[in-house]
Amino acid sequence: MTNTAHDDGFVVFDHVQKSYDGQTLVVKDLNLSIGRGEFLTMLGPSGSGKTTCLMMLAGFETATHGQILLDGTNINDVPPHKRGIGMVFQNYALFPHMTVGENLAFPLEVRGLSKAERDDRIRRALDMVQMGAFASRRPAQLSGGQQQRIALARALVFDPKLVLMDEPLGALDKQLREHMQFEIKALHERLGVTVVYVTHDQGEALTMSDRVAVFNDGRIQQLAAPETLYEAPENSFVAGFIGENNSLNGTIADLSGDRATVRLANGETIEATAVNVHEVGQPTTVSIRPERIEFKDAMMPDGAHTLEARVMDVVYMGDILRTRLMIGGEYDFVMKCRNTLGQTRLTPGDTIRVGWHPQDARALDPV
Amino acid sequence: MATPLDPHAAIAIEAGGVDGPLTTADGQPLNRALSRASRKARWRAFMLVAPLLLFIVVTFAFPIGQMLYRSIHNDGFAANMPQLSEWFAETEPGTTPDEAAFAALARDLQASAEARSIGIVGTRINYEMPGTRSLFTSTGRKVRGGIEPPYREALLEIDEDWGDPSLWASMRNSSTAYTDSFYLASLDRTRNVEGDVVQVNENRRVYIMLFLRTLWLSALVTLMTFLLGFPIAHLLATLPLRRSNLLMILVLLPFWTSLLVRTTSWMVLLQQQGVVNDLLIWLGVIDNGGRLKMMYNQIGTIIAMTHILLPFMILPLYSVMRTINPSYVRAAKSLGATSWTAFRRIYFPQTLPGLGAGALLVFILAVGYYITPALVGGASGQLISNMIAEHMTGTLNWSMAAALAAILLGGVLILYWVYDRLVGIDNLKLG
Repeated sequence: MTNTAHDDGFVVFDHVQKSYDGQTLVVKDLNLSIGRGEFLTMLGPSGSGKTTCLMMLAGFETATHGQILLDGTNINDVPPHKRGIGMVFQNYALFPHMTVGENLAFPLEVRGLSKAERDDRIRRALDMVQMGAFASRRPAQLSGGQQQRIALARALVFDPKLVLMDEPLGALDKQLREHMQFEIKALHERLGVTVVYVTHDQGEALTMSDRVAVFNDGRIQQLAAPETLYEAPENSFVAGFIGENNSLNGTIADLSGDRATVRLANGETIEATAVNVHEVGQPTTVSIRPERIEFKDAMMPDGAHTLEARVMDVVYMGDILRTRLMIGGEYDFVMKCRNTLGQTRLTPGDTIRVGWHPQDARALDPV
Repeated sequence: MATPLDPHAAIAIEAGGVDGPLTTADGQPLNRALSRASRKARWRAFMLVAPLLLFIVVTFAFPIGQMLYRSIHNDGFAANMPQLSEWFAETEPGTTPDEAAFAALARDLQASAEARSIGIVGTRINYEMPGTRSLFTSTGRKVRGGIEPPYREALLEIDEDWGDPSLWASMRNSSTAYTDSFYLASLDRTRNVEGDVVQVNENRRVYIMLFLRTLWLSALVTLMTFLLGFPIAHLLATLPLRRSNLLMILVLLPFWTSLLVRTTSWMVLLQQQGVVNDLLIWLGVIDNGGRLKMMYNQIGTIIAMTHILLPFMILPLYSVMRTINPSYVRAAKSLGATSWTAFRRIYFPQTLPGLGAGALLVFILAVGYYITPALVGGASGQLISNMIAEHMTGTLNWSMAAALAAILLGGVLILYWVYDRLVGIDNLKLG
């Protein structure tokens, strides 16, 4: 999934700030560089500033401070229609009074292309999204997934170098959404176009992107490839926002290099990887992924530190067994075990010892 | 398996049920069961609207039908002059009245004068040929005591106008209860002595001109409301709610004021000694001798009607514009369209349902407008509705008023049909 497009600064946000009311900043000092041909996702909860960044890039909002560069030129003062950026909107924004063919012809007409060339490009764009037979339909006659494809084709039909997508799959049901994720990804790889994709769905972000920028509170919390983001979150927000996460609160008892000893609330100490903690005595939240927790002695990784835990309940989820544990005074500690043939079935009330590799426990900023 | 159940509770669909009609679980045809099940609901729904239906029939459909009937039916002459009407029926148009005709006329006049219905007869002929009512009433007085043959000489003795061929043509036109003469008159036409349809004298041609003026002024007012209303509606639809509410109140404020008050306040503003002229003189745009005439002419009618009908354009436009997602225009711009192209090709076409509804509303209201042109229109600002009112209350020629109104109604229906063909009535959004 990571076709490492080298970052040549095709799109650059340089110290960009945005305020709507002059009182608060929606986007706080954004610095971001996107490489040509890269699939970059802006991921974050609503109100985190990701859509504002996209709108500034598209030209519908102006940056209050800083500049945005596209292919080396400052586009702050370039009106949207001269930026040549394709855009897919959340509600598709297909023009309801035009047929699918006319919708696709629109960007070509305003560019003054000849009829023959328009028809040729429309046909190719429709074939690309397997909608060749639908040119004479109206958008209202299409299903959500079909409208999505047409919106995609329309954003690509005039060969833009950059395509922006604003939660394009938000309105589709789960199955269709997953299918479209792969189609968009395949299109991206085939066309080599640069994509900036905005979503609040972490699954979408992880499966499609070369890199993900996690937004919160107007800042990029972490910018990394999906697996780095999941396995090595740099702060508690990223750890909590991407995937399921267990957190144990405590204080740093000892710190040497990237090894930290954390004293939990009930006095027990555990080993963890120090990420963004700096001094002994500071509070911290240790983050551990549920699937990295082990409770059978034979499977315990080397150097694992074990803790006593009580089983609260076990939820059968088909492929996994989701066990909720009470550990170190925390109730919502989740362990996920694969539902294999020989898996030990735990019952509520059992007392077990659980452990994990210190590398999987990351001491982060306190929540 | 087929337990008799409530007919619409369980429906047995057989495996290959395409061949025969579907039946319910107890074997009844499905559509009969369905219609029985929904009969009660339909009946209840009908009873709910029945009072309104009755009200509309009594106060709207019936009087309008009655009015339209009047436009083709007037037996003021035929009922009171039976013998002469019979003679007209037996002879060709253009036949010179012979002694038999004068005899029938004399006997009918005598009978009518004795029955005191000669006034009705005179009024009916007066519609066709103004100034003849007194001929009938005065002759009636003289023949009441009896009249001796030869009738022709006797009647010409009383008044030689009885020999006028155009009078006889008018009487022939009125001699049947069912007549097209009011419609012909509404179109500035009449039947001459030979019975052919011809235009009336040039100095009496007024209705076609008034119809055309009504259509032209209505179209102009519609255009003006569009030009003035479109930006306001757009502003209303895009402003933040708090400020758009204030603006909406300003739009609706005139709506809550009496029509008469609004029209008379225009009179205060527009008259020659009025506020606007005074202001222009104060500003030095015009001098005292060159006060503008903005009242008692078409300009006054156009200004006042545009103002009064403006909300009818703004409200449907606003309701449609509010539903247009701003992302359409954004999408158009992102696809390379300038603001003007995005407006022309994307935004404006989507406002058409509201524009169509507003235009139709304003136009139809303007076509029938009466008070405003009557008050501020002067002579050149009068519309066809003022003429209809004149016939209703002034000349008391209700048949003529009905014919004019029917033509107006027909014209509006034709326009409505054309609109439906061009735009499609389904594309109408009133709110």
